[in-house]
Amino acid sequence: MSGLEKIVEDTAVELLRIAATELPIEYVEELDRMMNENSGAVGKSQLKNIIEDTYIARKDSLPMCQDTGIVAFMVKVGDKFPLRSSLREILVEATKKATEQIPLRPNAVDMFKGNTGNNVGLDGYVPIIYWELVPGDSLEIVAMPKGGGSTNVAAHRMLKPGLGIKGVKQFVVEAVAKAGSLGCPPYFVGVGVGGGEDLCMLLAKKALLRPFKVRNSNPNVAVIETELYEKLNQLEIGAMGLGEGASVIDVHVEMAARHPASLPVGVVISCWALRHAKATIGSDGLVDIDTSV
Amino acid sequence: MINLDHYLKTPVSEKDIRKLKAGDLVYVTGTVITARDEAHLKALELRKEGKEPPVSFTGRGVFHCGPIMQKDDNGKWQVVAAGPTTSARMEIFQDNFIEAFKPAIIIGKGGMGERTSKACQKYGCVYGAFTGGAALLSARGIREVEDVFWLDELGMPECLWVYKVENFGPMIITIDTHGANLTADVAAKVNKNRDRIMEGMKA
Repeated sequence: MSGLEKIVEDTAVELLRIAATELPIEYVEELDRMMNENSGAVGKSQLKNIIEDTYIARKDSLPMCQDTGIVAFMVKVGDKFPLRSSLREILVEATKKATEQIPLRPNAVDMFKGNTGNNVGLDGYVPIIYWELVPGDSLEIVAMPKGGGSTNVAAHRMLKPGLGIKGVKQFVVEAVAKAGSLGCPPYFVGVGVGGGEDLCMLLAKKALLRPFKVRNSNPNVAVIETELYEKLNQLEIGAMGLGEGASVIDVHVEMAARHPASLPVGVVISCWALRHAKATIGSDGLVDIDTSV
Repeated sequence: MINLDHYLKTPVSEKDIRKLKAGDLVYVTGTVITARDEAHLKALELRKEGKEPPVSFTGRGVFHCGPIMQKDDNGKWQVVAAGPTTSARMEIFQDNFIEAFKPAIIIGKGGMGERTSKACQKYGCVYGAFTGGAALLSARGIREVEDVFWLDELGMPECLWVYKVENFGPMIITIDTHGANLTADVAAKVNKNRDRIMEGMKA
């Protein structure tokens, strides 16, 4: 293994550690604000437990939730970055190491052979890696492990185009209402529109990673985000689905062109623990870890 | 909605369980056993075959949880993180489980449905919601790992971990033996709100 390969592996392990153990401060502050604004004792108690849990996790460097998720990396490879085809194997090895060192819960289950024990699937698909080729000589890695509870409440529908934006918004409301108490609210909600049956889901997942409380640069989409944020909170799901406190923390919508006959919509929901961490590695091996949201 | 704090010691008698009301806060001392989808299935299958699971659930806590566990330097299992998993997945057989094994309290998150509620009323069991994701907070109440069963077969998240706990909680009782189901009430309200929001949605 070359020096640079080792740096990439160590960095990926570190990103998984940060993601699992350090919830971005901005999220914790928002949960704290929600707790103080929340009048109900039950809602307050749930948010207090969450905040306290994140403190212990950060202090003791332990996973904030026992469901450390299915491991995913979003990777942007600079076309002049020296490593390319070896990156998959490096990220797989990093996943195995992180599982042991942090530790993470083994969450890769083979349909025939059961839990693989190391978060790596037997068919080459897990950890999930999203590749993007970009100009430049650096490598950007985002680790985004996602828990099963909120993953299970994702929703997808191919709407009739005639239903338009209104239909999209209604579907999102329907999906989050259905998620209800099941995925550890308050939620982060990512919505993807257009692009086909698969791209809308990918856009929805990636939408979760747009910086916190930053609206879509397209003002038409930004208006929809603000409206959905207000409407989804009027559902009154509340913290942990107990009816008190905020239901959603933020809503991000991404849009792509659609086929004239299709209006695909994807809704990807994250629990309060939207875990992610990002690093940029230069071709000289310098690592810049970015823990902001 | 929060009523009284209750400190339960396992085995908890059916009489004490029937005293609890939805909204009560509960702490458990004694034995709590983790069981998720596969452990429920396996335990029920054994019972069907006339056999018994390796540990008794009667009067004890059943914890919907797939923890992170690690062996310490002495080879003894220690809890790293152990929060509740989504209980709704167990709705399809929780009532049979309650009937078969008579646990005192089901601990999980997100609440459970009508079938579980009916079994709780009939057999004297409650459902206690622990804050989802707060896995280090709940781990604080676990004093010792007494045993583990089915680890090789089912893996770390799905096997039976037998925990000695002390003032494990707080759990909010959302299903009691008197027919109350707080998360079902919230869900009904959410559905009403949903219909109202969808009707008023503009283009």
